[in-house]
Amino acid sequence: MIAETGLIALWLAAALALLQFALGAIGLRMGRDDYYAAIRPVAVAQGLFVSLSFLLLIWLFLRSDMSVKLVVMNSASVKPLLYKFAGTWGNHEGSMLLWVTVMGLAGAFIALFERSLRTSTLVATLAAQAFISLGFYAFLLVSSNPFERMFPVPADGQGLNPLLQDPGLAFHPPTLYFGYVGLSVAFSFAVGAMITRDVGAAFAKAMRPWVLGAWIFLTLGITAGSYWAYYELGWGGWWFWDPVENASLMPWLAATALLHSVTVLATRDSLRAWTLMLAVVAFSMSMIGTFLVRSGILTSVHAFAVDPERGSFILALLALYIGGAMALFALRVGTVKEGKRFELVSREGALVANNLLLSVILALVFIGTLYPLLVEAVTGDKLSVGPPYFNLATGPLALLLVAVMAAGPLLRWRRDNAKALLNRISIPILLTAATLFVLVLFTTGMSILALLGLALAVGVAIASFAPLWKRNLRRTPLHIYGMVFAHFGIAVALVGMACESSFTEEKLVAAKPGDEIVVNNWRLQFEAIEPMAGPNWTALESRMTAQYGDGVIHEITPQNRMFAAAQTQTSEAALLTRWNGQLYVVLGEGDSEGRWQIRVWWKPFVTLIWFGGILVALGGFLAMIGRLQRGYKQRKQREYAEMML
Amino acid sequence: MNRWLLWLPLALFGLLFATFATGLILPKDNIIESKMVGKPMPDFALPAAIEQRPGLSSADLAKGKPTLLNIFASWCLPCIAEAPQLLALQQAGVEINAIASRDTPEDIANFLNRWGNPYARIGTDTTSKVQLELGSSGVPETFVIDGNGIIVHQHIGDIRQEDVDMLLKLLEDAE
Repeated sequence: MIAETGLIALWLAAALALLQFALGAIGLRMGRDDYYAAIRPVAVAQGLFVSLSFLLLIWLFLRSDMSVKLVVMNSASVKPLLYKFAGTWGNHEGSMLLWVTVMGLAGAFIALFERSLRTSTLVATLAAQAFISLGFYAFLLVSSNPFERMFPVPADGQGLNPLLQDPGLAFHPPTLYFGYVGLSVAFSFAVGAMITRDVGAAFAKAMRPWVLGAWIFLTLGITAGSYWAYYELGWGGWWFWDPVENASLMPWLAATALLHSVTVLATRDSLRAWTLMLAVVAFSMSMIGTFLVRSGILTSVHAFAVDPERGSFILALLALYIGGAMALFALRVGTVKEGKRFELVSREGALVANNLLLSVILALVFIGTLYPLLVEAVTGDKLSVGPPYFNLATGPLALLLVAVMAAGPLLRWRRDNAKALLNRISIPILLTAATLFVLVLFTTGMSILALLGLALAVGVAIASFAPLWKRNLRRTPLHIYGMVFAHFGIAVALVGMACESSFTEEKLVAAKPGDEIVVNNWRLQFEAIEPMAGPNWTALESRMTAQYGDGVIHEITPQNRMFAAAQTQTSEAALLTRWNGQLYVVLGEGDSEGRWQIRVWWKPFVTLIWFGGILVALGGFLAMIGRLQRGYKQRKQREYAEMML
Repeated sequence: MNRWLLWLPLALFGLLFATFATGLILPKDNIIESKMVGKPMPDFALPAAIEQRPGLSSADLAKGKPTLLNIFASWCLPCIAEAPQLLALQQAGVEINAIASRDTPEDIANFLNRWGNPYARIGTDTTSKVQLELGSSGVPETFVIDGNGIIVHQHIGDIRQEDVDMLLKLLEDAE
């Protein structure tokens, strides 16, 4: 009965979405205020029903109800509870339901709490949101029903992809999804504003928290995904420029650009058309990312269940939403009044530079990711674009972007002069030069990019705190702290990246139990190989001790794991984290003479990459709280003023 | 701003859509045809890898009868996995020649003693020079060669049980 109830709730939610769209569309066309009033409760009800449907699916997974096909295909009764829970969205149908649930909740949230936007724009936004949801409802109900039953009922399920059985990864996809959905809300706002031609500061302020929220989730999602790939794949790298990774990076790049341009729009009422375009592009990137990942038209190390029919469906939705929005853009933007003007050397100018650089980087990643597809479509040849292209093409631009990031916050809005800026930023520049000098003098073999990156990072780390200089720290608004943290986080991550690429030491040995392996200051003692058994896997585990200099002796146990349900092998790397880096040990295959391939890396300061990512997200979070607080205060003041009148 | 410029994003998106649609419609085949198929063996003459078997030159592979050329190494684990299949092929009357890649005579002898020796001739390719000329990038790999020394098929990776019949059929067709 649970499955049937879930399906009914899903159908009801879909019907409500249709009603929400119709109310909005007809209301706008006929200018009916009573339709406007009805759309809010409908949006809330839609959110509730779709949430109910999703909760019921979670319940089915937790109960291991093996009469439901989706549970059979993606779960097993012996699985730990956490993964039963995460199994709900670790598959196509469940993740689509999660997507539409979050969208429904976002719509309900807007309906309940958005008060500052013009009513007609709000209605248009909710109608657009419902229109997007409808596509996903159709997708779920027509071709990917998550509640489908299965006869005869099998004894047990087939288990979750073992690579996904990891606490970090259980929450990685939903995090990215929250980000994607946040961008869909921004997209709806942009479409709504284009329909009513109401593009201005109020629109930007209404959209900003959603962009910010999406951006925080995307930042966390990418950071977590990168760390997962780092320790789970056992290859020792933290970013592989794999199509699926790029699919998550591209929306982030667009969202980062949007976040900065929406601030210009909110504060200075400039960059109107550009912000609208970015909102459309950001959501396009998340849809395109979803399409690339789910349709399987690009080959990737990330194996997803791939189905061309689903690919066609997502492509059709893509054409409808993005094509529609871009046509609307072409028709309407000409009639949107131009925003305010500004000088080249100004805060706006720096933010435009930020936007242009981010857009070019986005375009380069986009081309690199899709080039193999384009070539195959035209000539039929198969090829792949590797990390060398991406690093070379985006690296220098990213460094330039970081340099702009240091200078931008120190510029005044509207007009500033270059000399004054140079004065303000002299200390970071000197620090960068000094670091560069020291690095050139005392290190060997660093690549130019890493050299510049590390030097720049030091300067930027200092410069990111400059906006707090001579300010009353207790009266400084929270969103300024947010910016400071986020920019500082970028510098921290950059230090990690440069150190990882320059100072990593690697050793590959064939060792017998009893052998000693030395890497940098680490001494590893290989003691024994033992079989192990977990809840749903067996493994060969190597017992080793690791000692840094004369420090404490740590026990480490890298494993080769075999998952019973899916006959898949994974490598469980052993990691030891010190303040100055990470030791990374992977157990490989054994040979006939009792030797084992053991790969050891010492990666100085590598953890800063993800620590930086978390700082960036934290900065976003502070900014979010700051903005919401400020918006709330301003609304209260306005209401108070209105009351007094 | 030029009004037509505003349609540019939509046009670009249209292009993208066309690419995606083609990508979806094109039949998905992940088999990459070897560039070596249909080409003659490159000229080479490799010294014997072990005392019991003669070395291998390209002339040995063009004696009128189809043969298999197996590239292996004693340090390669999948090569152990495919050893029973190679023995089965030899028992079926197939002439199998081998190139030992980056190996030493002692290790090769140990390997063959332990896992069986299905080979008629074994050349030792200590620098992988011949292997690279053959367009092979790893071990094990197996080439089907017709009686005139033309490469008919390149099998990448170990020979599984289910591949044996396919190889036998290819050899038969090459007659």
